[in-house]
Amino acid sequence: MTSVMPVKEKKLMDVKLGELPSWILMRNFTPKGIVGAFQRGYYRFYNKYINVKKGSIAGINMVPAAYVLFSYCLSYKELKHQRRHKFH
Amino acid sequence: MNENLFASFITPTLMGLPIIILIIAFPNILFPSPNRLINNRLVSFQQWLIQLVLKQMMTMHNLKGRTWSLMLISLIMFIGSTNLLGLLPHSFTPTTQLSMNLGMAIPLWAGAVITGFRHKTKASLAHFLPQGTPIPLIPMLVIIETISLFIQPMALAVRLTANITAGHLLMHLIGGATLVLTSISTPTAMITFIILVLLTVLEFAVALIQAYVFTLLVSLYLHDNT
Repeated sequence: MTSVMPVKEKKLMDVKLGELPSWILMRNFTPKGIVGAFQRGYYRFYNKYINVKKGSIAGINMVPAAYVLFSYCLSYKELKHQRRHKFH
Repeated sequence: MNENLFASFITPTLMGLPIIILIIAFPNILFPSPNRLINNRLVSFQQWLIQLVLKQMMTMHNLKGRTWSLMLISLIMFIGSTNLLGLLPHSFTPTTQLSMNLGMAIPLWAGAVITGFRHKTKASLAHFLPQGTPIPLIPMLVIIETISLFIQPMALAVRLTANITAGHLLMHLIGGATLVLTSISTPTAMITFIILVLLTVLEFAVALIQAYVFTLLVSLYLHDNT
């Protein structure tokens, strides 16, 4: 049941399901670590979809789509009343 | 319906955290910085666009006025992108808040006026009296010109706020009307829908034009004062 490599150095795909909580807790939660996480995420998206030789509109369009979804989640509370009901 | 109409203009918070800071900083990631000679398509397109706007806007200034080019170009990019993002469904537009527009207008106007007073004091004071006024009218005209000078930042801010807010409100209202009319009489709903489509096209134009007007007026105030 115990793994050969220490949990800290494994990538997410190699971590077994039982070890997941300890893996999450071992991540770097300092401000520098959080900033690093955002940077890595941003550059992952940017280099895959936008920073390519023939980037298309779809790569750029994913950003407004995510923004619309995010704004919908934020304003769900006021939008709940706008469903189609016979009696509001 | 009444409360819902203005619900989209409330400052968004998530459990007490001001999300509005994120929303204002969001257009920043849509403009990646170029770090090569030949960049990806998005960056090249933005470079071409900014070059076009720069040439159009800064040719009328002298050397001293051109030191403001970074400020003015980033201003028009920010207002344009914020207004266009506000046309997406459910999104929040920061430029509908008067506080933010005042925060943009007053420092820029004040900077232009104070630069004029510091470097070309006589010419700046001479702006208060147009050429060729009859002598009895002079006192009144100076008062009127002073008032018109101090109204400039207010007009800048209120113009932008009112235009964007009115456009959003109209779209909400006509959209709501179309929805209700579909069950009452379909041809009227069709007409209302066509009005809505035309209004949306107008809103796209207004979003860009307002950015342009704001920046143009600031650059005009600058031109007067350098």
